[in-house]
Amino acid sequence: MHQTIKKCYISVNVQKLDFDINSEIKKIKSNKIIGGIVNFTGIVRNSGGEKEELVSLELEHYPGMTEKAIMLICEDAQKRWNLNFIRVIHRVGRLFSGDNIVLVLTASAHRKEAFKSAEFIMDFLKSRAPIWKKEHYRTHSSWVQSKEEDELILNDW
Amino acid sequence: MKILYFSWLREKIGVPFEEVEVRSETVGDLIKELINQDHKYELAFEDIKSIRVAVDQKIIQDFNVSIKNAREVAFFPPMTGG
Repeated sequence: MHQTIKKCYISVNVQKLDFDINSEIKKIKSNKIIGGIVNFTGIVRNSGGEKEELVSLELEHYPGMTEKAIMLICEDAQKRWNLNFIRVIHRVGRLFSGDNIVLVLTASAHRKEAFKSAEFIMDFLKSRAPIWKKEHYRTHSSWVQSKEEDELILNDW
Repeated sequence: MKILYFSWLREKIGVPFEEVEVRSETVGDLIKELINQDHKYELAFEDIKSIRVAVDQKIIQDFNVSIKNAREVAFFPPMTGG
């Protein structure tokens, strides 16, 4: 899903496949008006606070809604900051320790707008993208609980 | 109407979605209607504060929202993306 609003190109994908950060950055850099790109990559941690070692992380989502919900977050970011590119890739399905989960790239003429908007997008992805994580351990599985602070932090924006 | 369930709500109800003839006119009434049908819904909707709702793929905050012309309603716990 992609669109251009006021010279800001927004592209969102929800996919099972891995992504290549360098090739995503390369695509954005080909545009000469960019002054800086902020890259946030979320990766699967070995343990979500449990003593046992994580076997896998399963990401369930709401097909049809997820991309739209992420696009709404990006549109909101585009309204708040002067950006040239927003690229979000969110992976779903079964992932393993060290795997990429999410990529957020924001590009602007100036660094502060790129930093702020990347943080904004990540904060909203946490509790506004219809995605649910389940941790699988050798002996049991459990759904990741949402954190109250993740919801509260949205009020700061 | 298509009703969808995600995460532990899907596990408790036992299906990812179902097509249901609905009489209710609001989200809140729909929850009550389901609970009256089967005990599994009562268990799934027990902790109502942890239930989030999307009507036609838009998240709603107020359970009084009308579902008269809705094609799909989704129930799920708080999201854990990112």
